[in-house]
Amino acid sequence: MALFEARSIHKRFGARVVLENVNLSFEAGQVSGIMGPNGAGKTTCFHVLTGRYAPDRGEILLEGQSIGGLPPQRIARLGVARSFQVMNLFDDSTVLENILLALPDFRARRHKALTAAFADAALIDEAREVLDQVGLTGREWEPSVSLSYGDRRALEIGVALAARPRILFLDEPTSGLGTEATLNLARLIARLRQRYTIVVIEHDMRFLFRIADRIAVIHWGQVIAEGTPAALSTNKWVQRSALGELV
Amino acid sequence: MLTLSDISPRSTAWVTPQMLVLALVMLSAPLWLGPVGLYQYLGIEIAIWMVYALGFNLLFGYTGLHSFGHGAYLGVGGYAFGLFQHHVGTSLVGGLAAAILASALAGMIVAAAVSHRRGIYFALLTIAFGQVFWFSAIKLHWLTGGEDGLLNIPRPALDLGVVQVTLSDNLSFYYFTVAVLGLCVVALWRIVNSPFGRILQAIRQNEMRASFIGYEVWRFKFAAFVLSAMFAGLAGGLFAMAQESAYPDVMSLHQSGLIVMMVLVGGGLVSFWGPVLGVVLYFVARDVLGALTETWLLWYGLMFVAMVMFRPEGLAGVLHRLRRRPPSAAQTRPVTSGGA
Repeated sequence: MALFEARSIHKRFGARVVLENVNLSFEAGQVSGIMGPNGAGKTTCFHVLTGRYAPDRGEILLEGQSIGGLPPQRIARLGVARSFQVMNLFDDSTVLENILLALPDFRARRHKALTAAFADAALIDEAREVLDQVGLTGREWEPSVSLSYGDRRALEIGVALAARPRILFLDEPTSGLGTEATLNLARLIARLRQRYTIVVIEHDMRFLFRIADRIAVIHWGQVIAEGTPAALSTNKWVQRSALGELV
Repeated sequence: MLTLSDISPRSTAWVTPQMLVLALVMLSAPLWLGPVGLYQYLGIEIAIWMVYALGFNLLFGYTGLHSFGHGAYLGVGGYAFGLFQHHVGTSLVGGLAAAILASALAGMIVAAAVSHRRGIYFALLTIAFGQVFWFSAIKLHWLTGGEDGLLNIPRPALDLGVVQVTLSDNLSFYYFTVAVLGLCVVALWRIVNSPFGRILQAIRQNEMRASFIGYEVWRFKFAAFVLSAMFAGLAGGLFAMAQESAYPDVMSLHQSGLIVMMVLVGGGLVSFWGPVLGVVLYFVARDVLGALTETWLLWYGLMFVAMVMFRPEGLAGVLHRLRRRPPSAAQTRPVTSGGA
């Protein structure tokens, strides 16, 4: 059984059909990719899978448990974490606080209104471990807004990892990154794949083909091809897409 | 632009140096208020409005929810205190408990409607509900006394078990309000530095991110609103004691706007102590400028405009910038014993 499945997902906004009969399956321990041209419905697909939008029809299953239509906070608590294409951090807070807020042990104390938030050294150590995973050791006390763009991307992934996810969704993680930062991100994902199940939306095909075990191609809100990078590289749709003809 | 998270320390201390300074100033005020040309009752008003403003800032500054109808809960607290004294019995604790509970109930009703909203819709709804409470207070004459208000509200004595302290004179009542203020300051300080308080601040910064890391955002907004209304209700109960009456005027849009101005001018958006500074500035301006000119509110309004345009971080932000040194690692560690 796949760790995460989407079955016959439909989503429309008014008269515009954005997702039509989308079927996706993500196996535990793999890096799965979703690619497609701009406007294909990739990000909407992520929003539906992670609870921002409820699907109009279809089922979403996490380890066989239906999570379709649940609000994002419920889905997050079940172990689905995500990053965003547009940076989404707590910008007034330090790097460390961004991570702390996402830790399940911190969330468990959410109703405590008279105990000090940051007095628990164990929590801070756990947050530091997460920062170490994403290469931000030593940056704990910096305001998150002062980090470079690439480091903010890494922090966003750290915030998602802090939730101890069973599956991690990354929405266009290379967006806005230069060559060096993209390489760093690829190395980071290579390290993380040993511990997490990861799903990446990406329009940078070279990046995606480098990191993914399996890739689904979405166009006009439908999955038009699916397979390993090697299999997809001979797919005529993907070849045309690479040439920009599909857009 | 500074933010609350820039200045606000992650304190583990129950009492901070700033609290001691406030205590020293407030406790010694009866000694110097007269000599500087002010009067005892002003101290009572300031202490009560500090409770109101600090509680309001939990919602406004910390959670980033802009309520423009908060006078409603101050008024509800005042009426609840008065009605308790008139119809249930003369009791300080009972009256203040009634004030807090009634404003909590009013806050819950409004919060249930507004906590799923944000931005302009949230603000407009708070105004609308505030107007409903204000209008009801005027029209429900049999309950509230209408525009005349509830009159002859007694100041019950403070029963400490072995001794009863009368609060009928302004000096003893002043010290009572300062004691209540002290408890509120400590409680709010703990709240804003607790996990709950930090989550409120996270919601202010990025509501969507907060929900995607597992927080039921609307529940926190609901809780912040109700808590804030409870502090307003407590202040309203004290205000009814101070005035020995309760009027609908404090529930008006104009009065609700005043607390926003006080908090903004004081620097509530950047500091826990901003509301305290804002209240002092307002009341001193009212009395000192008011003695000089009848148009004092015009000058206060112009000061507000200038502050928003040139120093939006308010008085607390200005003071913070003046004394800020290049940050060292030690200053930014989360676990400290001091405050800011």
